[in-house]
Amino acid sequence: MQMKSILAGAALALMSTTAAFAGDVRIMWYSDGVEGDVMKDLVGRFMKENPGINVILDNVAYSVIKEQLPVQLEAGNGPDIARVTAIKDLSKHWLDLRPLVKDAKYWDENYGAQADWMRPDGSNQISGFMTQITLTGGFANKTLFEQAGVPLPGPKATWEEWAAASKKVADSQKIFAMAIDRSGHRLTAPLLSYGANYVGKDGKPAPLDKGAKDFMTKFVGWVADGSFSKDVWVSAAGSTYRAAADDFINGQLAFYYSGSWQVANLATKIGNNFDWVATGSPCGPAACTGMPGGAALVAVKYTKNPKEVAAVMDWFAQEKIVKEFSERTLFLPGNKSVVDKGGLDFKTNNAQAKAALTKYVEATKSTSETALKLPGWRWSDTVYAAIVTRVGQTLAGEMKIEDAFARIDADIAQKVKDAGQ
Amino acid sequence: MTSTTTSSHLGALLMAPVNALMRVVDIPLRGLQKSTGIGGMAAFFLAPNMLIFGIFVLLPLFINIVYSTTGGTAFFLSERSFVGTEQYQRLFTCTNYLDPMSCQEDAFWTAVGNTFWFVVLQVALMILVSLVTALILNRDLIGRSFWRAVFFFPVLLSPVVVGLIWKWILQRQGLLNFILYEIGNVTPYTWLTDRNWTFIATIGVSIWAHMGLYTLILLAGLQAIPKDLYEAAEMDGTKPARVFWRITLPLLAPNLLVVVVLALIKAVQIFDEVYVLTGGGPGTSTLYLTQYIYETGFASALRNPGLAAAASILMGLVLVVLTLMQLGLGRKNENKGKR
Repeated sequence: MQMKSILAGAALALMSTTAAFAGDVRIMWYSDGVEGDVMKDLVGRFMKENPGINVILDNVAYSVIKEQLPVQLEAGNGPDIARVTAIKDLSKHWLDLRPLVKDAKYWDENYGAQADWMRPDGSNQISGFMTQITLTGGFANKTLFEQAGVPLPGPKATWEEWAAASKKVADSQKIFAMAIDRSGHRLTAPLLSYGANYVGKDGKPAPLDKGAKDFMTKFVGWVADGSFSKDVWVSAAGSTYRAAADDFINGQLAFYYSGSWQVANLATKIGNNFDWVATGSPCGPAACTGMPGGAALVAVKYTKNPKEVAAVMDWFAQEKIVKEFSERTLFLPGNKSVVDKGGLDFKTNNAQAKAALTKYVEATKSTSETALKLPGWRWSDTVYAAIVTRVGQTLAGEMKIEDAFARIDADIAQKVKDAGQ
Repeated sequence: MTSTTTSSHLGALLMAPVNALMRVVDIPLRGLQKSTGIGGMAAFFLAPNMLIFGIFVLLPLFINIVYSTTGGTAFFLSERSFVGTEQYQRLFTCTNYLDPMSCQEDAFWTAVGNTFWFVVLQVALMILVSLVTALILNRDLIGRSFWRAVFFFPVLLSPVVVGLIWKWILQRQGLLNFILYEIGNVTPYTWLTDRNWTFIATIGVSIWAHMGLYTLILLAGLQAIPKDLYEAAEMDGTKPARVFWRITLPLLAPNLLVVVVLALIKAVQIFDEVYVLTGGGPGTSTLYLTQYIYETGFASALRNPGLAAAASILMGLVLVVLTLMQLGLGRKNENKGKR
């Protein structure tokens, strides 16, 4: 009798555990700024409204998303939902939400513009939505420019003009002049402004062109003469990502080239320590473009609970939730209705942050056609990785820039060949 | 007396089910021994261990070899194409092996070169520092146990923690620059972006992190040397240097050999603390073989598990050679001892 009771108890416990697993939705999430806290709050609200679904929010470092998630996905594992930036590259792993969401038309209308960024070429899959649209751009330490008596270059200033002005500030204030994140995506913006075009006629990567070579040569020269900080670029090997935000936050940089996702981070960490402004992207001979991009919340096709996953995605993709998320995180929204209706009331008392966001919204108008295509191009990450690796080696004094050009082309060709095997 | 009897009764009671089980098991085992002999019984008892070894060591090794003969970026073997020795050929396509830039996989040969120099310098310095520390700790110091613990403490730290601690010390706005500035008004230096300093830093940090273990092994060896040998040398008026070369070092040789081989194997595998400390930079100046394999297999934008597997097989061969060397030298020492 006693044995029967024990077995019955164990079976009940097992059943309740299984029942809990059946409604679980695990989200792998990374944060650049305050969005982790906002997301946690929203997840709590979702679970109150949907008591049958248990959402587990795993806050992880960005490197986990970049390096570990792809491996998990290749092995057919991973979370149910993830916030990612390599959206196109991993698109074969995303779940098609079209038959699962409540209103596919709503998704098409509001997220259709970026849908191609996150689905395999040629499909009409709904994989998820952009939690934020980003644009690369610069930030200047206004206080340091003023202290140095150097006027801030105007809105159409070129990279050369910014480099010269920042160098003057750096020499006067004993700081670093400029820095750009160690990222192929970031470096691509000035390359495009110099006329680069990565995409060949066959849709595959083209060899580096004059525009790309021109800026890379200038960039290496600027690092050599101290106009650009080399610390971030030589602080790792391979294609490892490194941000230079801390140097800017610590008042060690006159000009920092990163992107709109840094606004909340800078506003929170700089506070009243100094005045800073968003500058948009400096100009080159061909354009004054930044690189669009962003992070997407995507459903993973290896989930055991696709219905619950779709319910979560539907809830978070609602216009009112996206609006609230954007206002609280200071991110540019990816929902068309939210953008069209406008009236976003960014929740910050920081006037500099508000001005920076306005500047980024303005800057989207000067984004080049090529830049708009790259987030949905399959080979973007391959090109970015090759550029970062070889430019990093050049800056560390391991090869000449001409050799780096040859290596970048060879690396990309090899990767294309590997992918075809 | 009564309590002894009670406890022996209790023991017998507790052992009763075990004994019963033994008697049950004994029957098939006797049968097995009759049919297979003593050798068969040894194999039978070793089987569980060999099974675990097979699943967790031999099977992954076999799978790794298979991977190294396939191409593509997929992880599932069924989705990968057979390419034969192409990955190995790619690794060995080189005009001049001493100039990595002349090789198709320049990062691999850079990593091989870096690892070679790291192993040579780190192991030599590790032995020297560990030996000197062991000799000092073997003396009658005040608070000897405390000092032993101090030197052993870093061994207990996770390699990631070691990397982070030293990163905070060596970075531009780190502790070292702060101290140098406070003491001598020295301009902050970027230790971790200077190729030479970074290489030296990786050697120094790995010695700091691992020397405690080797010091302990050598200390055990020093304490096993009979004291009367030193007393006799002292009575003969032998100079300390001669005592060291003629008594300490020869008698410490077996321990030194263990330390050398362990340090060699550990140095070839260097990864975690360096990855956290320098990320392999500046450029590729501290890119070592394990990091190359990790990045090629898992971290790069378009992974190549086949190439990473081929590189890891080659690295495995080096480790096999080092292990055989250890076994060979160990046996040689044993035979010497017997003579």
